[in-house]
Amino acid sequence: MQTTLTDRRSFLKKMAMASAIAAAASMFPGIMFAAEQEKGIPKNANLDWKKGPCRFCGVGCGVLVGTENGKAVAVKGDPNSPVNKGLCCVKGYHSIMALYGKDRLTHPLVKKNGRYVKTSMDEALDLIASKMKETIAEHGKDAVSIYGSGQWTIPDGYAASKLFKGCIGTNNVEANARLCMASAVTGFLTSFGLDEPMGCYEDIDHADVFVLWGNNMAEMHPVLFSRLLDQRLKRGVKIIDFATRTTRTSTAADKSILFLPQTDLAVANAICYEIIKNGWVNNSFVEKHCSFSKGLTNMGYGLEDNYTFTDKPEKISFEDYKTFLEDYTPEKVSKLSGVSVRDIKYMASYYGDPNKKVMSLWCMGMNQHTRGTWINNLVYNIHLLTGKISQPGNSPFSLTGQPSACGTVREVGTLTHKLPHGVVMNKEHREFAAKIWGVPAENIPSKPTYHTVEMFRALDRGDIRFMWIQVTNPMVTMPKLKRYRDGAKKEGRFIVVSDVYPTPTTDIADVILPSAMWIEREGMYGNSERRTQYFEQMVDPPGEAISDTWQLIEVAKRLGYEKQFPYKEETHIEEIYTEYRKHHDNIKHNMAPLEVLKSQSGAIWPYVDGKSTKWRFNAKYDPACSNGEDFHFYGKPDGKAIIWQRPYEPAAEEPDNEYPYWLNTGRVVEHWHTGSMTRRIPVLHQAMPHAYVELHPDDAERMQIKTGDAVRLTTRRGEITLPASINERGVPAPMQVFVPFFDENILINDITLDSFCPISKEPDYKKCAVRVEKA
Amino acid sequence: MPIKSYLVHPHDGKKEELLQELSTMASCEVVPAQNMEIIALVTETETKQEEEVLKARLESIKSLKLLALVSGFNTPQ
Repeated sequence: MQTTLTDRRSFLKKMAMASAIAAAASMFPGIMFAAEQEKGIPKNANLDWKKGPCRFCGVGCGVLVGTENGKAVAVKGDPNSPVNKGLCCVKGYHSIMALYGKDRLTHPLVKKNGRYVKTSMDEALDLIASKMKETIAEHGKDAVSIYGSGQWTIPDGYAASKLFKGCIGTNNVEANARLCMASAVTGFLTSFGLDEPMGCYEDIDHADVFVLWGNNMAEMHPVLFSRLLDQRLKRGVKIIDFATRTTRTSTAADKSILFLPQTDLAVANAICYEIIKNGWVNNSFVEKHCSFSKGLTNMGYGLEDNYTFTDKPEKISFEDYKTFLEDYTPEKVSKLSGVSVRDIKYMASYYGDPNKKVMSLWCMGMNQHTRGTWINNLVYNIHLLTGKISQPGNSPFSLTGQPSACGTVREVGTLTHKLPHGVVMNKEHREFAAKIWGVPAENIPSKPTYHTVEMFRALDRGDIRFMWIQVTNPMVTMPKLKRYRDGAKKEGRFIVVSDVYPTPTTDIADVILPSAMWIEREGMYGNSERRTQYFEQMVDPPGEAISDTWQLIEVAKRLGYEKQFPYKEETHIEEIYTEYRKHHDNIKHNMAPLEVLKSQSGAIWPYVDGKSTKWRFNAKYDPACSNGEDFHFYGKPDGKAIIWQRPYEPAAEEPDNEYPYWLNTGRVVEHWHTGSMTRRIPVLHQAMPHAYVELHPDDAERMQIKTGDAVRLTTRRGEITLPASINERGVPAPMQVFVPFFDENILINDITLDSFCPISKEPDYKKCAVRVEKA
Repeated sequence: MPIKSYLVHPHDGKKEELLQELSTMASCEVVPAQNMEIIALVTETETKQEEEVLKARLESIKSLKLLALVSGFNTPQ
């Protein structure tokens, strides 16, 4: 009894300390408690420490996991990791606790007569394979689909792509990264011809000014943000927060500038106008390395089923571009954006100052945007006009939200149009992939099928009949969610969900497969800076859980693809990675060998002659540059990056008399996306137990709403009631509200809009019209 | 038997001094932030009265600027 009481007190003390640290993390952006990591380690413990990347977010912090008696018992930041240099955020510090929630899925469950029945893994996999065969026979190959994730390991995504595109012969492969970084991809492709940032995190150590474009780094990328704050302490760098809402990042920044939703397009153009007007253009860089183009405008917003759009780029001259920018003087843009003329000129002056190195950082604010590709292009324009690109400290840098959005979705290519190397539309690329996969090139269809929103629309319509969902929770994250939830529940649909905990998505499943999570299996992730990191299996998964990779392999074999999936259980990850590397076996994308990944904290691709390439397109660092100049944008046939003429266009749905507020959604520091893991970590759940709606204090006062009062939000999609938050975590601008999406009990996406960028097909979760009332 | 956690803010430049002082107090467990002037503090006392005495003692420390309560727990005697 005494032991029990002592244990309880000890537990409560740990909880109390964890609460204090979690509170500090939410109150003070970038705060770190490294010493606590050591203190949490059991005394005299004989722990086996192994390295790996953190399982949360796209930063890719290196962690050391301590195991004892087959259980992960401690975690600390890896001091040898160049990403986080020993630091961890509040999620990383508690990451191992996510393995041990009480309701882990441990056995396959099959829905029979409306009830889930425990079954063996073999029986569940047999059922999945037979349902896939049956669906293909009755409805065709394009009636089966897989929807994965930026939390897929590289081998998971590779196995999925190979099975569906190479073997079955459907391009019905998508991943949730479509919802968070597709606009970054199309931004890179349209401006440079190749995906992913040219720079790396080391840029932070060289930049003088950081401009955060709608990016609440203090909460979403806290370890990287702490590196910015560290540089301010050491070198006095400036941090400018350019956002629609006042956040922890705003209060920690040197300057907070608020703009009205969607008008970042106009402000970016105004900055370019100022750069040209003031003679800050790096003329020799632009002449040698840039061309100018414009595309179609008034593209629509993808609100209709089967919406299609294909841009038609047209070359223009620098003079044409200057004429276009006449509509974007600071004075004109100030009226539209709410940003003062002075602040527009202030930002432009930093970009234009030849003696300041500038890093632009962004994430969901720019990507979840109905003109997401355009705003990515426009920020590149600023860097290209000034020649501030591909050099240490001069870096436009798109951050990702998931641990392997880059590594798996973008590099393996788990999107409908992609292959590991290239796109399905290109015959040579199809032939190249088919050769490595050991399938006829004709197997891979030449046309993409459904991007994510359209894939769920197809499921609703009945064009798709079978969907396998792995490592993601679309029944929380899909915009205009009710339509897609109802669609998934329709008769004649068969849904398989592989996950580690019950979620609203397992609720729609016909078969639930228990997955091995993170260090319960072997794998690799690729982070925001092109760094691929390996982790070994450190502990056993619970019950019958197996990795998503092995689930796919087992089903592939049952479908008759033993020849394409000959991997051994003990060595399949190494075999798959070795095979995958063949797709990128060139100087522009070479991946480091597995032994290198095992021996160090990852490597940045292109990995050439035993070295990571930290800055692409710069001949000093990148061996793929071959034009004899200082820079070579070799992703484009002419070796030049494109400065795009992209106008301001309004959002798909803007406030009006009936729905007079803007609704913006997003994340919080305590929870990993939909909270399915972090809400099972007591201290994180306690620190942020439920969703809320942030209102501006003036709006709240006018409606006599206080913190905690119930507030009803109504959009054209429906209504939701949730507690108010005033002057707490964040403060929206007047006539705007913000709601985090982590809470499965308050599904904000039931009322969001499924508009998307016509080029990237990424939905805009940041803008729709809403009515706000005291409930 | 109260267990409470606080975020402790030192006066400018007094973090180390405050840390030293808190570390010597028997009922206190401290973890300093690595990169900011903040200290996480957990107190463990036998009774409510003892807790109040300790809190008064903490608030009298000269290097301490602000003591912000985060959480409180109670366990059976």
